Amino acid sequence: MTQLTLTVNGRKHTLDVPPNRYLAEVLREDLGLTGAKIGCEEAECGACTVVIDGESVVSCIYPALKAQGAEILTIEGLAPEWQAAQSPISNLQSQQNGRSERLKLGDLHPLQEAFVLHGATQCGFCTPGMIMQAKTLLDENPAPSDDEIKHCLKDTLCRCTGYKSIVDAVHAASEKMRSGEMPPPKLPETVTPLESIGRPLHRPDAVEKVTGQAMFTDDFQFADMLYGATLRSDHPHARILEIDASEALAMRGVHAVYTYEDVPGDPRHGLVENDWPVFAGGQYPARYVGDPIALVVADSDELAHEAKKRIRVEYEPLPVVADPVYARQPGAPVLHPDRPTGNLLKHIKVRQDDLSQAFSEADVIVERTYRTPRTEHAFMEPECSIGVPAGFDDPHYGKHDKLTVYVGSQIPYSDRRQVAKSLGLKDEEVHIRGTVMGGGFGGKEDITGQIHAALAAHKLGRPVKILYDREESLRVHPKRHATIIRVRTGAKKDGTLTAVEAELYGDSGAYASLGEKVLTRATTHATGPYVLDAAKIDCYAMYTNNAPCGAFRGFGVTQSAFAVESNMDILAEELGMDPLELRRKNAMRVGAMTATGQVLRESVGLLECLDKVEQGIRDWRSEIGDSLATDQSPISQSPNLWEPFTIGTKRYAWGVAAGYKNTGLGGGAPDKAEAEVEVFPNGRAEIRTSSAEMGQNLIGVLAACTAEELGLPFDDVSVLVMDTDRTPDGGPTTASRQTYVSGNAARLAARTMREQMQAVLAEKFDVPPEVIAFHEGLAYVDGERLAKVSNQGTGNGENRAVNGSNGGPRARQPLRSMTFAEAVQTMIDEGREPKLRYEYWAPKTQPLGTGGDMHFAFSYAAHAALVSVDTETGEVRVEKVITAHDVGRAINPLSLSGQLDGGVVMGIGNALTEHYIEEDGVPWTEHLGQYKMPGIKMMPEMTHFIVEHATADGPYGAKGVGEISSIPISPAIANAIYNAVGVRFMALPVDQDALLLAMKRGEKELDRRWGDPPPA
Amino acid sequence: MTLWQEYHLPATVNEALSLMQRYDGQALFVAGGTDLMLDLEYGNHPPVAALVDVTKIAGLNEIQEEGDWIVIGAAVTHAQIESDSRVRRYGAALAESSSVVGGPQVRNVATIGGNVAHALPAADGTIGLLTLDAQVQVCTRTGDDVTCEWRPLLSIFAGPGRNNLAVNQMLAGFRFRKTGPREASAFDRIMRPQGVALPILGVAARLTLDESLTRIANAAIAIGPAGPIPFRTTEAEAVLTQAPRFDEAAVDAAIAAAQAQARLRTSKHRATKEYRHEMIAVLLRRVLNRAVETAKTNVE
Ligand SMILES: Cc1cc2nc3c(=O)[nH]c(=O)nc-3n(C[C@H](O)[C@H](O)[C@H](O)COP(=O)(O)OP(=O)(O)OC[C@H]3O[C@@H](n4cnc5c(N)ncnc54)[C@H](O)[C@@H]3O)c2cc1C
Repeated sequence: MTQLTLTVNGRKHTLDVPPNRYLAEVLREDLGLTGAKIGCEEAECGACTVVIDGESVVSCIYPALKAQGAEILTIEGLAPEWQAAQSPISNLQSQQNGRSERLKLGDLHPLQEAFVLHGATQCGFCTPGMIMQAKTLLDENPAPSDDEIKHCLKDTLCRCTGYKSIVDAVHAASEKMRSGEMPPPKLPETVTPLESIGRPLHRPDAVEKVTGQAMFTDDFQFADMLYGATLRSDHPHARILEIDASEALAMRGVHAVYTYEDVPGDPRHGLVENDWPVFAGGQYPARYVGDPIALVVADSDELAHEAKKRIRVEYEPLPVVADPVYARQPGAPVLHPDRPTGNLLKHIKVRQDDLSQAFSEADVIVERTYRTPRTEHAFMEPECSIGVPAGFDDPHYGKHDKLTVYVGSQIPYSDRRQVAKSLGLKDEEVHIRGTVMGGGFGGKEDITGQIHAALAAHKLGRPVKILYDREESLRVHPKRHATIIRVRTGAKKDGTLTAVEAELYGDSGAYASLGEKVLTRATTHATGPYVLDAAKIDCYAMYTNNAPCGAFRGFGVTQSAFAVESNMDILAEELGMDPLELRRKNAMRVGAMTATGQVLRESVGLLECLDKVEQGIRDWRSEIGDSLATDQSPISQSPNLWEPFTIGTKRYAWGVAAGYKNTGLGGGAPDKAEAEVEVFPNGRAEIRTSSAEMGQNLIGVLAACTAEELGLPFDDVSVLVMDTDRTPDGGPTTASRQTYVSGNAARLAARTMREQMQAVLAEKFDVPPEVIAFHEGLAYVDGERLAKVSNQGTGNGENRAVNGSNGGPRARQPLRSMTFAEAVQTMIDEGREPKLRYEYWAPKTQPLGTGGDMHFAFSYAAHAALVSVDTETGEVRVEKVITAHDVGRAINPLSLSGQLDGGVVMGIGNALTEHYIEEDGVPWTEHLGQYKMPGIKMMPEMTHFIVEHATADGPYGAKGVGEISSIPISPAIANAIYNAVGVRFMALPVDQDALLLAMKRGEKELDRRWGDPPPA
Repeated sequence: MTLWQEYHLPATVNEALSLMQRYDGQALFVAGGTDLMLDLEYGNHPPVAALVDVTKIAGLNEIQEEGDWIVIGAAVTHAQIESDSRVRRYGAALAESSSVVGGPQVRNVATIGGNVAHALPAADGTIGLLTLDAQVQVCTRTGDDVTCEWRPLLSIFAGPGRNNLAVNQMLAGFRFRKTGPREASAFDRIMRPQGVALPILGVAARLTLDESLTRIANAAIAIGPAGPIPFRTTEAEAVLTQAPRFDEAAVDAAIAAAQAQARLRTSKHRATKEYRHEMIAVLLRRVLNRAVETAKTNVE
């Protein structure tokens, strides 16, 4: 131990630390300042940024003793420091460093306030680091330019926002610091808002997130807590012959080593297929390098990891299946011998009418094969689970009646089922408690450490934390499926599509996860959002020894969209047709039928999306384009929107793509969500459902729906999510379904509550219930309604037109009124429960192959990307993106914009940078530094158009948006690259090296991508 | 994993070296730690008994102007270098190369000494220094005494990731002659946006024009990676100084000479040999033209 003296947020600390401690550990663990987050431990992500003696550093790999005598400012100290600077008298406050104080918006540093108001915090995990880093810029440069902001935030990563709102927030903070005025966010136009619906209300948890108070799983410290470390397979495929943990067990401070023999219940888990061993060993071989073999539990995280290395495992390596096409060949080793179909997880088929007939009517047929990469969610927060045993009483977090798992999970009830099953317990004996989740994107649906943490806590009677470092996170959790997609598209001379025939191979890796579902979506969407005469699509979802693949924003559609939309552009060229025109001609519209036999009856805004994007490009051409085109005639004059132009060594061109994505589970799966609403005599309400908040602001949507129906101010509604004991089942947070499904559950729960209150007040006021209106926290007899009802005779409480919250009270004289609080009290006095649950069932869907409605709604989009290619270096940049999305209804334009920005930038990553590379089942991608998600410098200029073709059953007309925003962008980029330099990428991600050489050789189609083995 | 047992913050070079001698190969120097911590964390380097932090050693974190020289302490950070007006003016290639290392948080702690000592053939700061013909100050402790001497930068590299300092030696600083009238330097590099930390290629050049401003009187060109250690393309330098005038033809000839002399490799997922070959042309042309343009304006 060495003595360390430092001043943190104005307070001096002297502590004894081991010499090998990092500053982040001192701050987070020794001082309890958990605002700075650990995202990678490799100086790559910046989440742990703090300011030391005025300079920002990444604290995760900063030896603590380096900070001897230093002054440190963390996110917790930012607001107090700011307040102290504003009014030196209240200096006292800076002495209390954060945490315990609940801060309000007005107390915050302008950067924090701007991050809240501009939607620059979503999951919130990067936020503390981002704000601290931005602060060092504003300290030196009170009015930075866009470029200066990007320079400053270059290596501070965010996976949610796409950075645009962050840049805007830094500008806004700068403005406020200079002028005292905080500019509001600039948002795309949307239809007229209601009271809460349609308004850019900031997220309910934003203040906690910008102040470092939000509690992510790793921020919890329980009394007596132990730490788990997981030993994983050295081989992609091997039988485990022997596990010798004696040396590890003999270490002082090691409490237990668990293996497959210690699992009391079901030895396997899985979201759909029960195929994933809790521990490999015994009858279960290791099937990928992420498979767990043993869990060590010890006094400290460090010790557990040290002990893990002392476990000896004897393996019998088995032949490796690393390729999905090989996996399907006869003679390939069979990875799951208990499955009747061998390595074939599922053969998925779409059949629509007579294919050969339809192709024979085609004048042009285009057939190509595309490859998409296995990609990684790279949510900023690596997985963490804490198991707390039943009966454990924590001095800070209280008594735990049941075995409890703290975890940020996308499907809490499924975690509960899988934990209970493997522990041999009843579902009700396990409690999943959601924590603030640092991003998910589909990557936190499967089990990672939940069962292990619960098992260890259950057996040892003490809390056990299992935190994955970035390396383990990368290695373990399911990825986006790598696919090989061959598509044949036929069209008549006039551009009418006749048929699509496609064959897809999807690499689902070692375990099924959601592979079948994801690849079903890839298959059914493989026609693109177009109307055809015939289709035949076959997809082979294959088991291999690669990382398992599962859900990832876009859910299979990202992959097939790349193939389909690339083919569309090739077809357009062969037909001599404008690519937008070709899409428009064949676009799905109301009345059209999909290849799966679903007739689209409403809410198909694709044509409007295409029009909007075209208008966007035209506007750009006349506003900016001409000023750029110095070396030729004005861009706006050229009839061809896709014509390239040159500036210096760079060639620019636009490219376009369209897409659609189902909302909800579909395919006949029962799709429901339950929500519970409770109203309180203090005039507030709470809405509860287990649906997951992972950064997308579902909680804001739920609060808005509830506030709208109860006529309460938005801020008077609190939201509780992700808790299997205190919130009813909202179902999985996947498939862009929660705004629709849980949003509806919340809306209808609140509406039912309102109707119940109306009934009570009706008696009291002696009026029909429907004339009682709820507005701005007031319940009153609405004179206008009363007049109407008296004219018509008795009304009907169920009548949709008599909405509790329409209209303002000013316009209508309140005859008799009481506050919402009094109304709740009145209801309680009447002996009515102020709490009720609503189970919402989404419209029924049909399984694939049976015809009818496979999905209850689709969202549509068109994306256009302006790309530059440096003809000397092959470097590709996305300069500008114009999007249009049909989302049914913009429930919250601020979070909607965040979903759009974030989805687009994630799609840019998919096209340009991201590839989780495995070589014969062994990941090359071991660190975050080897997996680059887009940084702020890759953010393009973005313009979004919102198209609102309401869907009848969606809440206020809304449908999903989480995934569609990320789908057409990759092919739009690939099409733009082709338009710019005449080279088409048949595989992603783009490789500048291969592109340059292809340009030099005059190759038109390029099947090399980044991450392929070097050419011989 | 206990990656190091003790952490020392010596105040003098002598103290630092005596610690290193005491641990006799079981200790490592650490400066910003941005290379070293990752090497230890990833297991590229086995755990050690101690880390000896050089950043609190008096004088090691300063930039000085001494007559014709700019002297930069080994523990000076890239952030200090990129914002120092003297380095920007008299050693632009170094300022430019330091300014692209990592992001601001990394540059606030990562040092030029660590960049050089880590001995990667494509380290940016190193390429910048190399083109300035920088010398490195190596301090050696024998008995109780420390002697420091200036050596050519290239003399300390032993191979990729290896320097040839002994247990009783450390880097204390660097110095380079200020670029003078009609002289300028420039740096550029090519990265890829994917998961590769190191540049595909970095090129720096320092040129002195003769009085006529049309001929190159003196040239230094550094390229990395173009061999196991940081590389000076003497052939291209000679082509330029022998050319009757600085023009397209001279640039083309210099490029051809550099391409012929460089030992390029294909490195997996980073770049092909062919691509690097092309990039020598692109980057060298860019830095030569930029250096010449600046040199023309540096007439006093
Ligand atoms: C996210 C990230 C991005 C990066 N980007 C770049 C980049 O773009 N370009 C680039 O070139 N590098 C980059 N690096 C690498 C690294 O930051 C630089 O090489 C940096 O200059 C190393 O300096 P340091 O002070 O951190 O060295 P340290 O890690 O402290 O030390 C490096 C080595 O030098 C030795 N050493 C340090 N000081 C001395 C001394 N005075 N005498 C003898 N030996 C010494 C150490 O023992 C160690 O072996 C990056 C690193 C990270 C984490």
